[in-house]
Amino acid sequence: MTNKTTPYAIELRDISKRFGAVQANKDICLQVPAGSIHGIIGENGAGKSTLMSIIYGFYEADAGFIEVDGQRVGIHSSQDAINAGIGMVHQHFMLVENFTVLENVILGAEGGALLKGGIDAARVELQRLAEEYSLDIDVDAIVEELPVGLQQRVEILKALYRGARILILDEPTGVLTPQEADHLFRILKALKEQGVTVLLITHKLREIMASTDNVSVMRQGQMVAHRETVNTNKEELAELMVGKKVRLTVNKDDATPSDVLLSAKALSQFDEQGVKRLKDVNLELRAGEIVGIAGVSGNGQSELLNVLSGIESMSEGEIHIAGEVITAQNPKNAAQMRDLKMAHVPEDRHKMGLVTGFEAYEAAVLGYHNSETYNGKVIMHRKVMIDECKERMAAWDVRPPNPHLKTANFSGGNQQKIVIAREVEQNPDILLIGQPTRGVDIGAIENIHEQIVKLRDAGKAILLVSVELDEIMALSDRIIVMFDGAVVGELDAKDADERTLGLMMANAYNEEQEGESA
Amino acid sequence: MFETLILMLDATMRVSTPLIFAALAGLFSERAGIVDIGLEGKILGSAFAAAAAASIFGSAWIGLFFGIAASISLAMIHGFACITHRGDHIVSGVAINTIVAGLTVTLSMYWFGMGGQTPTLSGDERFLSITFPFADALADVPVIGLIYSELLSGHNLLVYLAFAMVPFTYWVIYKTRFGLRLRAVGENPHAVDTAGISVAFLRYRALIICGILCGIAGAYLSTAHNAGFLKDMSAGKGYMALAALIFGKWRPVPVLLACLLFGFLDAVAIRMQGVVIPGIGEVPVQAIEVLPYVLTVLLLAGFIGKAIGPKAVGRPYVKERA
Repeated sequence: MTNKTTPYAIELRDISKRFGAVQANKDICLQVPAGSIHGIIGENGAGKSTLMSIIYGFYEADAGFIEVDGQRVGIHSSQDAINAGIGMVHQHFMLVENFTVLENVILGAEGGALLKGGIDAARVELQRLAEEYSLDIDVDAIVEELPVGLQQRVEILKALYRGARILILDEPTGVLTPQEADHLFRILKALKEQGVTVLLITHKLREIMASTDNVSVMRQGQMVAHRETVNTNKEELAELMVGKKVRLTVNKDDATPSDVLLSAKALSQFDEQGVKRLKDVNLELRAGEIVGIAGVSGNGQSELLNVLSGIESMSEGEIHIAGEVITAQNPKNAAQMRDLKMAHVPEDRHKMGLVTGFEAYEAAVLGYHNSETYNGKVIMHRKVMIDECKERMAAWDVRPPNPHLKTANFSGGNQQKIVIAREVEQNPDILLIGQPTRGVDIGAIENIHEQIVKLRDAGKAILLVSVELDEIMALSDRIIVMFDGAVVGELDAKDADERTLGLMMANAYNEEQEGESA
Repeated sequence: MFETLILMLDATMRVSTPLIFAALAGLFSERAGIVDIGLEGKILGSAFAAAAAASIFGSAWIGLFFGIAASISLAMIHGFACITHRGDHIVSGVAINTIVAGLTVTLSMYWFGMGGQTPTLSGDERFLSITFPFADALADVPVIGLIYSELLSGHNLLVYLAFAMVPFTYWVIYKTRFGLRLRAVGENPHAVDTAGISVAFLRYRALIICGILCGIAGAYLSTAHNAGFLKDMSAGKGYMALAALIFGKWRPVPVLLACLLFGFLDAVAIRMQGVVIPGIGEVPVQAIEVLPYVLTVLLLAGFIGKAIGPKAVGRPYVKERA
């Protein structure tokens, strides 16, 4: 039991917030002891981000209040939150990219109408903070030239510079390699030792278990449970998050790969600046297997998907598919690749998978809209499209099952189901699928994973690109790791563990091996 | 030959002045993330208000005050549409240009009944040239005398003010808290908002400065460069200033140089009017006048370096988690 006389660093009392018809937060209570790391976990759309936005003054709560160090505080703007000692590291960094680290840190806390004095003082103060929390950084570097992990460090420094004693981190590891994430957690521990209270928002159970003292679970806008981390486990938390038993692994039999359906040889691609983005990639996809591409995003996975699917043409190399040889001199576009029975679920469903202004039934035929099924001599068969869309919505459990709803108004998981259903229902031989469960909640993830395995068991070849290691490891039969545009490792999924993959993703596997043997 | 050059440079200074004011006005606006195609309208509106007020009250200074007030009002309309109501910046700017083009003529017909002009200004109703001490005495000294008496001396106050505005703008943008925030809000307004600074208030302040500078540009046209308001007297200067702003890559000193270049081309065009060049014949003035725009298009197409504007320019700020 916490000592009654010590006030909590932050306490929420009956916070409620409604957006139109959606009750985003309902009677939320939360008590965070000073100097602890407190995890808040929940599915996408559980209301975590809304709650944090209320604490940071982005939104105002409809009801309830916030206490900091036992004092009731009115937080109506970010400025109020900053004054109350609350700092926030946003999921999408709030940095001015062409500013230096120093300029970013002092923005809003310049310490005077002229910059000169403020900048000099900030330089000294940053030096002190950097030493105290081991947050080394070149303060004169331009932010956009820094790697993501360091940009995040700038965000943390920004909060500390403003005297934050309570630090909120919103999904901080989404953009980091496992090693960078580990480093972040070491920083958080150091902060905690200095008495900073950390609120960690995430949907990754592993991080909660590894780094927090206490954890609170949110589900559908409500706080459903508080646990001490040592007294709980992944399974219990996952169950609390979704409200029913879920499997963290995918049930599947061993793969029985047969014929090679696609093979890529020495595939390379140069971008407009002449930089080689894809470096001599060799790849074989067999019927009846799932090949997972692991890697930190931006290491050539997107280029590989684009080249294989025909969206972009290759610069060198060749692709063998369905008895055809595709080269730079003999390219095929995305539509022609589709005719070779290759389907593609793009990584970014908003930009490439859907037209968000379209109604669901229209989005459900994109890419196949020239098919005879949908077209008369002059006009399209609207009724055929709508009926088919209804059937698919029932089969794939798309909610709400309304073919006339604009795709923008479906949740992420349901949008993804519309896209995957569209591609899978064409009965392709090869399916390229990028980030199948990005921004999709756990219930839908399960469903999507089952469908992918089902497709494999039906003898299809599947190439899976995902930045979620859990997903790669759960689904794949064979894992290929990409780094800086090249394939740097390949292993059987049975032999893969997070550490090995993480090292490979950072291209440090060989060094590590040498280091250990030395 | 040297004298001709000095005279052309002298003309360049006079022609560049409104461009410099307007381009710096655009710099404040666009650095804060507000596209300002309405520079043209603000100049024209101010030119009319300044001339009308100067004629009624008999003072160029009162004219300047009314010019600035008119221009700020237009800037605030732009702000109300673009900041408060998150409208499209281009549409709002074009609307302002169109309204002003019609309104100035209509009002001046109604008030002065002189076919869309204001009465001719004279004496204290205009900003007159300032002659530097000893300018006449030094006029005959070779080289330096000509530069001092012709090029540097003999302009009106606003010309000098325009050139002084450049280092001042540089100082504000790069050396002050306001400048840092201004640059930040044009690049990533979310960063500004989460730092506890009001995006809207910051952008409104930028537009007020934009209004003041456009106001001076307009007053210069009607009460210093000319002696009264004429229909459509801004004659595309706002657009040319916008071109200079892009050509100068949104930075004060390069913007000044772009304004001088465009002003020089304008001075050349005026001088070349009717001049027959042996072997080529009479050069059409339009061919020279179009050069600033051609250069700007070449720049934007990537032939002369790269012009990358503030990242958030033209995008309404919606307070929402991305």
